[in-house]
Amino acid sequence: MNKVARGSLLDIEHLSAAEITGLLQLARRMNPLKPRPLLRGKRVLLLFYEASTRTRSSFEIAAKSMGAMTTLVLSSGSSIEKGESLLDTAYTLQAVGSDVMVIRNPYAGAPLLMASHLKVPVINAGDGMHEHPSQALLDAYTILRHKKTLNGLKVVIIGDIYHSRVARSAIHLLAKFGAQVTLCGPPEFLPELALCLAPGLHIARSTEEAVRGADVVMVLRVQKERLAGMKIRLQDYIARYQMTMARLKLAKRDALVMHPGPIIRGLELTWEVADCPQSVIVEEVHNGVPVRMAILARAVGKAK
Amino acid sequence: MTAKDKSRAGSLLIKGGQVIDPAVHLNAPMDVLLRDGHVAEVAPVNKIRGGADETFDARGLVVAPGFIDLHVHLREPGQNYKETIATGTAAAAAGGFTSVCCMPNTSPVVDSVEWISWLQQPQRGAVVNVFPIAAATQASKGAVLTDFRGLQRAGAVAVSDDGRPILNETVMRDTLRLAAETNLPVIQHAEDTRATENCSMNESTTSFRLGLRGMRAISEASVVDRDVQMAQQFAGARLHVAHISTAEALKAVRRGKRGKARVTCEVTPHHFTLIDENVGEYDTYCKMNPPLRSAADREALLVALADGTVDAIATDHAPHATHEKIIEFEKAMFGVTGLETALGLAITQLHREHKIPLSRIVELFTAGPARVVDLRGRGTLARGTYADVTIFDPKKRWTFETDKSRSKARNTPFDGWQLTGKVVATIVGGKIVYRS
Repeated sequence: MNKVARGSLLDIEHLSAAEITGLLQLARRMNPLKPRPLLRGKRVLLLFYEASTRTRSSFEIAAKSMGAMTTLVLSSGSSIEKGESLLDTAYTLQAVGSDVMVIRNPYAGAPLLMASHLKVPVINAGDGMHEHPSQALLDAYTILRHKKTLNGLKVVIIGDIYHSRVARSAIHLLAKFGAQVTLCGPPEFLPELALCLAPGLHIARSTEEAVRGADVVMVLRVQKERLAGMKIRLQDYIARYQMTMARLKLAKRDALVMHPGPIIRGLELTWEVADCPQSVIVEEVHNGVPVRMAILARAVGKAK
Repeated sequence: MTAKDKSRAGSLLIKGGQVIDPAVHLNAPMDVLLRDGHVAEVAPVNKIRGGADETFDARGLVVAPGFIDLHVHLREPGQNYKETIATGTAAAAAGGFTSVCCMPNTSPVVDSVEWISWLQQPQRGAVVNVFPIAAATQASKGAVLTDFRGLQRAGAVAVSDDGRPILNETVMRDTLRLAAETNLPVIQHAEDTRATENCSMNESTTSFRLGLRGMRAISEASVVDRDVQMAQQFAGARLHVAHISTAEALKAVRRGKRGKARVTCEVTPHHFTLIDENVGEYDTYCKMNPPLRSAADREALLVALADGTVDAIATDHAPHATHEKIIEFEKAMFGVTGLETALGLAITQLHREHKIPLSRIVELFTAGPARVVDLRGRGTLARGTYADVTIFDPKKRWTFETDKSRSKARNTPFDGWQLTGKVVATIVGGKIVYRS
């Protein structure tokens, strides 16, 4: 096992607040319309073992706009289908020539495994139920475009925390900056164990109680594909936890509505909430590009 | 067929060691004379008259009955890329084990008289005694019972569907009933697999943080509890709980022991040494089943090891090839090796850290496991028993290095660990099969 290469981004948990602040400041200096050619001549490999729309396209656009060459490798149609292991695929792609590897994988810890055996920096674009660090960074970036500081901000995260890598990364990040984070969901999605992720977390079982006075309402997708065997009835979930305009009114007037996408209208949130003036769901996607530009620039040592 | 038959060793006099033989409550400096594969005499130092072909100076060392490991995976037949009987028993000898009981979850499953005999053939190259455990059901599918009587006659010392617990109540009842008739222990890997699908470690703050699905303690305890209750219903039924790992399951065993049930249990060195937090950042060498549990569970194991609730230390030696371990945590195979580190961990953790007397530790390696599978003439140094002896230095500090392991496998969390207590010699049937 090697040391993880400098510039890797594997999780939020082990990043310091200063490193996060540095990345967010760098992202603010990134202009996707007038990008600096910080990645000219660099080869960015996008290795995706899972479906992705937002993350994949924004990493690709971020890389290309800074002059990098990108290669996309999907699990289907590659030797992964023939049974090649993650590490052998990684060694192969390193040998082909790559300066940065971006990986999404259904197994928690897969990016760390790769990074521990490769010389090039590895960026985690989502690993199993573990973390999705670039999403947390773009969420923080988005919040800070509307709010002065994360410190003391009342953030509620509603939904399937247990299965959510977005939630784990967001919780680590928000807690590092002193936000007051309340988690809300049924026990199947939100066991008491969730409190271990960071100090100062709260659990609320009632959506109304959770949302009251919130500055940010972060809604998570109900991951239907992960519900097999769980005793969750969708109608009950909708009745108790769906974000509706009535529930949103309990939050502060200027509360932001966030969602990592893809959204399922009519399930975790209503049509009206998704499109309401407070919703920054589309802006989050937009902000994904400068944030991922910053992540890639840092990966190749151009974090200036 | 046991290793003793292979060599008609002459006589060996083990002089001046501290003989610890818990089966006969002996803990004193003694000389031990082995002759023709059996213990000829145990007497105070210098009281044995006449010479011997060979003398072993055991001053400053502990002389114990040969250690017995109730739970090893030798991987033959069919998985010799992980381990073979020859390499696995060589590791056993280096760890002080003179007898190992091998689990039937091989490829194919050891569920027939033919395979039980095959395991014991001299061509396998065993350097210590191998006592096979037979599958309880055909192909360990949990449906049709195997031929217990025939398997026993061929040499099986217990039945188990290790790794594939018998959950069906009717099948478990029939297994216990038939095993009672043949006086075979039923070894159960207690896990409600209906509740542990896709789980790769203990449910805990660590599993939540890492985004790994967690097994709950109750999925072990519920099966132990049910099995203990069932065992109480059949006179003569013997239930042995493999690698018990939770405080809740220990409570069920205690209830059984207080009642009429003939229930025994074993604990592994990794469970009494490590906890779930040791998984750290996806360390697959800390992935095993049952998983490393909470600190409180470990404390309960330590208490039970000391107070007699636990009958044996068993390694659950589970060798795997590197390509099965250096992969994504959730995809990695369950299991760690354990034969060569068992004594060092027991002395370091149990004796030095937790003040459990050496004699109790020796009991957990000898008389305890011998009782569980009814190995007559083993687990003690009483006159006339088999000349299986383990000689160790309880004070020797050493570092375990997997590179020097005799096992084919390298999957252990204890590489580089400093341990106290080292095997000096392992004697099987009067013949020294390992000497450090």
